[in-house]
Amino acid sequence: MSEEDWLRQDRLPHIFCAGCGNGTVINCTLSAVEQMGWKRQETVFVSGIGCSSRAPGYISTDSLHTTHGRALAFATGIKLANPQLNIVVFTGDGDLAAIGGNHFIHACRRNIDLTVVCLNNMIYGMTGGQGSPTTPMGGLSTTTPYGSGEPAFDLCGLATAAGANYVARWTSYHVRELTRAILTGLENPGFSFVESLVQCPTNYGRRNRFKQVADQIEYFKSHTILVEKAARMREKGEMIPPDMILAGEFVRRNRPALGVRP
Amino acid sequence: MQGNTACAEGALAAGCRFFGGYPITPSTEVAEHMALRLPKMGGVFIQMEDEIASIAAVIGASWTGAKAMTATSGPGFSLMMENIGYAVMTETPCVIVNVQRGGPSTGQPTLSAQGDMLQCRFGSHGDYSVIALSPASVQEMFDLTVEAFNLAERFRIPVFLMADEIIGHMRERLIIPDHVPTNQRKPYEPGSLPFRAGEDLVPGFPAFGKGYGVHVTGLTHDERGYPCATSPKLHEDLVKRLVGKVEGARGSITSCDILNPDAEMVFVSYGAPSRTVQQVLHDHPDENIGHLRLKMVWPFAEMFLSRFTNAEAFIVPEQNLGQISREIERHTDKDVVTVPKLGGDLHSPGELYAVVEDLK
Repeated sequence: MSEEDWLRQDRLPHIFCAGCGNGTVINCTLSAVEQMGWKRQETVFVSGIGCSSRAPGYISTDSLHTTHGRALAFATGIKLANPQLNIVVFTGDGDLAAIGGNHFIHACRRNIDLTVVCLNNMIYGMTGGQGSPTTPMGGLSTTTPYGSGEPAFDLCGLATAAGANYVARWTSYHVRELTRAILTGLENPGFSFVESLVQCPTNYGRRNRFKQVADQIEYFKSHTILVEKAARMREKGEMIPPDMILAGEFVRRNRPALGVRP
Repeated sequence: MQGNTACAEGALAAGCRFFGGYPITPSTEVAEHMALRLPKMGGVFIQMEDEIASIAAVIGASWTGAKAMTATSGPGFSLMMENIGYAVMTETPCVIVNVQRGGPSTGQPTLSAQGDMLQCRFGSHGDYSVIALSPASVQEMFDLTVEAFNLAERFRIPVFLMADEIIGHMRERLIIPDHVPTNQRKPYEPGSLPFRAGEDLVPGFPAFGKGYGVHVTGLTHDERGYPCATSPKLHEDLVKRLVGKVEGARGSITSCDILNPDAEMVFVSYGAPSRTVQQVLHDHPDENIGHLRLKMVWPFAEMFLSRFTNAEAFIVPEQNLGQISREIERHTDKDVVTVPKLGGDLHSPGELYAVVEDLK
């Protein structure tokens, strides 16, 4: 099988905009699932509401496209009722960090055995470009027309503090690293959280000095710093520029987990 | 046994094997009893982070084929509304127990009310139809919980057990039958479309994990389950089917108790106030005082009103300001005397008999 075999061909073409980063991350995820050797009948994709949450609709397994922010609560019910099922949750920054924030921290605390792939485009794309909890300070959106005045959420820091067993961040530029991180998340028992920054040329990029799709991908490439390197810099007392994206593995551990297959 | 405990026992007897809930007075004993009993029966109990998550987990569990339920009261019920609509749209069988307390808002957590009767019918957005049962005894907390599961499985909808604090916390003798009739959701036939329904308007259930590769969405969807949110015809057909599968079966599912059908003055009640009406009829036996006790409030069974052929007035005591009275007014040209009661106390038998005296 290849990644294509996991797609519902009769649902294509998809609704994602030209240049959207979601397809890249969906491809990385399916590649990781494929490498796990999972069977379609024992795999369920779950999502909430938003651009990223449309992903399960294109995947040929059982899939539950739920209400805004609540994907993890639905997924918790599926996993506990049938621990034999492998669960992957697609979510976005608005879905997970705003309306779904409470479910996120409690899913991390329970360390429920599933993998979350968060496609963080730093904007509400589906509704037309409103500011989200991960819109960077100063970022432009339709609801922050003078620049966001709020600090952005560090989702990996949140997941780590709340108790997730595996936490990693990459971007849509880093397809190999991202695929490997998702694969590690799928292998690791307990709650795995993999965040991928994704470009949104339609609603984020064009308002925030990324004139071309490639400009934002280029930015992801040039502004990424590995967590290990950042730690070394901190030890030496060096400043990490505030616009740098910390990438890599934040935590990999083995806390007691819920819903692990017997 | 206590009413709330009887409800939990009824759920177990009906085959419930998943409970997701959040503590809230006066329903908490249902969750506590499920927490005690479910793990020993191979089931799952989980206390979620709020009521939104509770109903979400219940719906998720139901998609694996499990019979699943939650229990709550007013404030939690309000939080569940969006996902109740999701259960309707995705045709997910589940049971929601609401042990009603005084509202609005935090209101009277420990006292009885029936203020959520319209919310359970209309509380989520969009047009839909559901089933709501109303127990008036500890025995019915058991029996109607079983019935709620059977109806949820049959129609693939959320079914409400609309109890109240009085019945939930009442202690009475409970008889658990040796055999409890239960049913299962109709299975999906591989090869057919997952959301295509036959004559009964209820599609077979394609449980997760069987290899059907079903897509389930709260968006307006076609018979494949695929989103198609811009076709007026498709949306109209879908919503009319979801409503029609319940409303079309009203004649066969609605249930009530009828006493003195030739009476001119007829009490109509559900839940705890039924007990006061029974006391009035016990204290003042009179064939001219009738009683229609609704066990199923929604869908509303207006055909039972016309069984009282001599009726001149329907007297409706409720622990609210007249929520079901309004529904009765819609269906009869006789007088409808609403007898509202707020604050947590039941009507006294004297209060209700005074209404009868006034009408004489």
